Amino acid sequence: MPEIKVTPLGAGQDVGRSCILVSIGGKNIMLDCGMHMGYNDDRRFPDFSYITQNGRLTEFLDCVIISHFHLDHCGALPFMSEMVGYDGPIYMTHPTKAICPILLEDFRKITVDKKGETNFFTSQMIKDCMKKVVPLNLHQTVQVDDELEIKAYYAGHVLGAAMVHIKVGLESVVYTGDYNMTPDRHLGAAWIDKCRPDVLISESTYATTIRDSKRCRERDFLKKVHESIERGGKVLIPVFALGRAQELCILLETFWERMNLKAPIYFSTGLTEKANHYYKLFITWTNQKIRKTFVQRNMFEFKHIKPFDRSYADNPGPMVVFATPGMLHAGQSLQIFKKWAGHEKNMVIMPGYCVQGTIGHKILNGQRKLEMEGRATVRILFQLDVKLQVEYMSFSAHADAKGIMQLIRMAEPRNMLLVHGEAVKMEFLKGKIEQEFNCHMPANGETVTVTTNPSVPVDISLNLLKREMALGGTLPDPKKPRTMHGTLIMKENSLKLVSSEQALKELGLNEHQLRFTCRVPLQDPHSDPDTLHGIYLHLKSVLKGYTIQHLPDGTVMVESIVIKVSSSAEDPNTKVLLLSWSYQVKYFHLLKKG
Amino acid sequence: MKLLYCLSGHPTLPCNVLKFKSTTIMLDCGLDTTSVLNFLPLPLVHSPRLSKLPSWVSKDGSLNLEKELKECAGRVFVDSQPEFCLPERELLDLSTVDVILVSNYHCMMALPYITEHTGFTGTVYATEPTLTIGRLLMEELVNFMERVPKAQSATCWKNKEIQRMLPGPLKDAVDVWAWKRSYSMPEVNSALSKVQLVGYSQKVELFGAVQVSPLSSGYSLGSSNWIIQSHHEKVSYVSGSSLLTTHPQPMDQSSLKNSDVLILTGLTQMPTANPDGMLGEFCSNLAMTIRAGGNVLVPCYPSGVIYDLLECLYQFIESANLGTTPFYFISPVANSSLEFSQIFAEWLCHNKQSKVYLPEPPFPHAELIQTNKLKHYSSIHGDFSIEFRQPCVVFTGHPSLRFGDVVHFMELWGKSSLNTIIFTEPDFSYLDALAPYQPLAMKCVYCPIDTRLNFHQVSKLLKEVQPVHVVCPEQYTQPPLTQSHRSDLMLELQPPPMPYRRCSVLSLPFRRRYERVYILPELANSLVPSEIKPGVSLATVSAVLHSKDNKHTLQVIFFPSSPVLPKRKRVLEEPPVLLAPKPLLSGAVPLEAFLATLQKHGITEVKVEETADGHILHLQAEDTLIQLEEDGTHIVCDNNEPLRTTLRDLVLRFLQKL
Repeated sequence: MPEIKVTPLGAGQDVGRSCILVSIGGKNIMLDCGMHMGYNDDRRFPDFSYITQNGRLTEFLDCVIISHFHLDHCGALPFMSEMVGYDGPIYMTHPTKAICPILLEDFRKITVDKKGETNFFTSQMIKDCMKKVVPLNLHQTVQVDDELEIKAYYAGHVLGAAMVHIKVGLESVVYTGDYNMTPDRHLGAAWIDKCRPDVLISESTYATTIRDSKRCRERDFLKKVHESIERGGKVLIPVFALGRAQELCILLETFWERMNLKAPIYFSTGLTEKANHYYKLFITWTNQKIRKTFVQRNMFEFKHIKPFDRSYADNPGPMVVFATPGMLHAGQSLQIFKKWAGHEKNMVIMPGYCVQGTIGHKILNGQRKLEMEGRATVRILFQLDVKLQVEYMSFSAHADAKGIMQLIRMAEPRNMLLVHGEAVKMEFLKGKIEQEFNCHMPANGETVTVTTNPSVPVDISLNLLKREMALGGTLPDPKKPRTMHGTLIMKENSLKLVSSEQALKELGLNEHQLRFTCRVPLQDPHSDPDTLHGIYLHLKSVLKGYTIQHLPDGTVMVESIVIKVSSSAEDPNTKVLLLSWSYQVKYFHLLKKG
Repeated sequence: MKLLYCLSGHPTLPCNVLKFKSTTIMLDCGLDTTSVLNFLPLPLVHSPRLSKLPSWVSKDGSLNLEKELKECAGRVFVDSQPEFCLPERELLDLSTVDVILVSNYHCMMALPYITEHTGFTGTVYATEPTLTIGRLLMEELVNFMERVPKAQSATCWKNKEIQRMLPGPLKDAVDVWAWKRSYSMPEVNSALSKVQLVGYSQKVELFGAVQVSPLSSGYSLGSSNWIIQSHHEKVSYVSGSSLLTTHPQPMDQSSLKNSDVLILTGLTQMPTANPDGMLGEFCSNLAMTIRAGGNVLVPCYPSGVIYDLLECLYQFIESANLGTTPFYFISPVANSSLEFSQIFAEWLCHNKQSKVYLPEPPFPHAELIQTNKLKHYSSIHGDFSIEFRQPCVVFTGHPSLRFGDVVHFMELWGKSSLNTIIFTEPDFSYLDALAPYQPLAMKCVYCPIDTRLNFHQVSKLLKEVQPVHVVCPEQYTQPPLTQSHRSDLMLELQPPPMPYRRCSVLSLPFRRRYERVYILPELANSLVPSEIKPGVSLATVSAVLHSKDNKHTLQVIFFPSSPVLPKRKRVLEEPPVLLAPKPLLSGAVPLEAFLATLQKHGITEVKVEETADGHILHLQAEDTLIQLEEDGTHIVCDNNEPLRTTLRDLVLRFLQKL
């Protein structure tokens, strides 16, 4: 039985370092190659030795597919391709290909230059890795090789995020990456056609939440920012440079405009302008509204939002600062946080999910005292009292429980597999899904095997098909199944279904006729033709609904049974009835009646 | 039936309908705009010259269509809103068209006529740039027409009797009654709302019967060729393709391989003009005119070659010392066209694509705009009239010179020999285009840039992809009329291509023999293959055929289980249709072995008689004859069922069953 095997190397009952191995139809595919933000040691990267203990990655993998540019989905890519060693194709969409190396370089700088870590990939490795990337367009069917094809769908999680449909023969798998089923201010909603995959591998970050309407959340967010500003407080919004940041910028920009607010809004890191430029050039990946209006007004040119300088953090008065990275685990957002944490007037709004181990995760869990590391040169631990307000706003664009179910109904999979979520939350959703069909949630390193039962594609001769379809009438009748009979010729790799007659011809075989003749003596005074005619009339009256013909050559045909009459020369009254039929005749029982 | 209905006679603006596997597919929807050359230009501001043109009167004076026909420099023009020659609408019922496949934005201009006025209810497939830029072209066309409405609509000249007496080319214009005025914006919007976007190499299933897929054709942004295929047949539709490296993604050639039929349209209209040479000529003429203090007018479409011209000028301006010369691009959609060109990175050639990763705009005209070298305006009214400086270079439409802002510049600059008009678009004969402006003092330079395949490239391509049959417009099967000795300017193929013309209906020469069915796993497991020859196995299949959405599946015959307690034994009245029929037999019955077998079954008294074709066995005790021949066995016995059955089974032992 053919099977599909799925093994998460990361993101199995966990959020972070997404990396899933899929074996389908003899092909091995790696889906995402992410890094875990919560760790600084080996656990940061997926455990590639799972593959490498048996040989090189290049030999094992047919391709690698990256769903989007977030580091927990692509952060381990240069490590995998350049340090572990992989030379095969890496597929990602154009925006991902454009943005991913920038984020990788950004992260490399923080890790190596600021934290002084060694044994990390270099800038050159990022460049070499990106050379192996093959760009992917939405809905384009990419033939990786003769048998393996992949197709990307819009996922709406960040710019360029994609879901991917992987198909070998009649078996297929869909991997969602991260996705969002509700359109937001700059992205559209995820969409997939009814592709009926054998396995649907879905993220489940928000497996238990059903988020309230987008509008409410936005109003909430604006209210909180506004209140804090009115109080004269400073608002820190840790974000990743691309994605949520742009949506929140659009939101604040329009709000500032409407309310005529004067407090400055800053956006940290040099990435801002560049990031907005990417959004301008990849505007076809944003939502309908932005695409339609971009010629008149580009949504990504902000009037109120200015670049941030480090010294501004100590300025008096209210301000709003967007700073990277989003989980407060390093960089500028962490620095500002340290500065502002001690004042009750200030506020930090966490607009997205934070992985375990990050400061973001800690303060969201209500921790008010944090152990901090000092400068990298001298490792001093000091304690930080968190007095500022901590707010969590779920703006990160993941599908919630409702969205996941919605996607399931869209794609109609045969089996479900959950990744990229916390075990407890997954369990809940799994229970819900299992009411309808199989659902798995493997841990890292655990393999799920799904047996598929694909049909066998066969080429049927059109003559045979048309004959069968004609027999059944134009409309199918559910009560009368149309049976068809034919011969399947298996030659090399081809399977052909033809009528038996054609099979004989194609194989150069002669047909062997097997006929039977039966002599039935009969006493009848009439002449031969009259006797025959008598029989004809008799049969006609007895066998209603059958084709009975009286042929001019002195025979009667009942369907394909031939009846002849001959009389012996000695006794004209003793006739012999000759019944002749071939082996294939189905109507033999008729004769008995006659 | 595999039929091709040819609705357009214009080889580069095709409109064909393919009937294949019970789907009706329209391939392109080109609008033949050359008909507008028969009309007077539509000036933006009142033109005393045009209004003073004399009416045309036939030589004997019997015909006087004073209001409709005007004469200019010996040519006759219709004084009316320009009209277009539509695809043929009488050849087949266009409401039966299921889908329309669009290959590039130039080949969709007739779409509103088809989708809005024929009862069409299907879907149009096109790529995103094709839709976006196609919309811009339509918007521009409608805008050009609607901003100078013409009260009168001339129809008398169309009268057959009258048309016959007119001078050429009006006399020879075909189907003039079917010519139509431009559509309106609501019609455009409604037509384009029927477009469904597709990406290159996307496989689109039509009713489960056929699969269509667009391939990059390298001609313009988002331009595509189409593959129409089922599991066993493949039709390729090649339209407007280019192998030159300009801005679009390169042409995908290899996917065209193994076609049963290749429909070839949209070859270059300028087979003797080399695009690179033309580009050089364009630049040098432009520079020469500017240096002499004249203005340059470039009639053009708002998208396409203009991007390449601007890129060429971007590199040329500094070296030619044209840094201070203003370049104007005037079109109602100029801004949109320039903006949209920058956001289709996925559809661009590799060089341009990689710029986006930096991130930089892929086309250098962004820089020309930023540095104020290139300015764009929606029309000559408004800002342009204030900022306009001479000498300058103006890019504007329409290339036919019959409507759009270009008409104004013709009237303005035509009288001075300092000025130059440079024709780059190949769709219109420049002499015909200039006819209503004669006499003209301005210089005319003709450097048509047509990047589509030439005959040399296409024959190389066809050698490469090896289609079984080629279908093409009849124009491609003979050298151009003006160059009848150039046998290299036609398609020479073996077998010869099947030519079509407007209103042809071709029967495509391939037969469908096979169809795909799927054997469900349960049935597949139950099949018993037997090897007939080395490497060839057979299995007889009896199954229930399910056909749904043009997909066929075979599954195990389900016998309703008989009730446990039969109430009363009924005489089997119904013929047991569900039983498999007896198989066909093959092989021969060897005499010796058969006799031995008979013996084993107690039939010993056998008299063997040799005949011409085999043997007759007389089983004397049973009074039964068995006729054994190479390809048949005949058992003649009286009413002795058990014997007959035994004999039958013995014979069957020696035969293969299919």
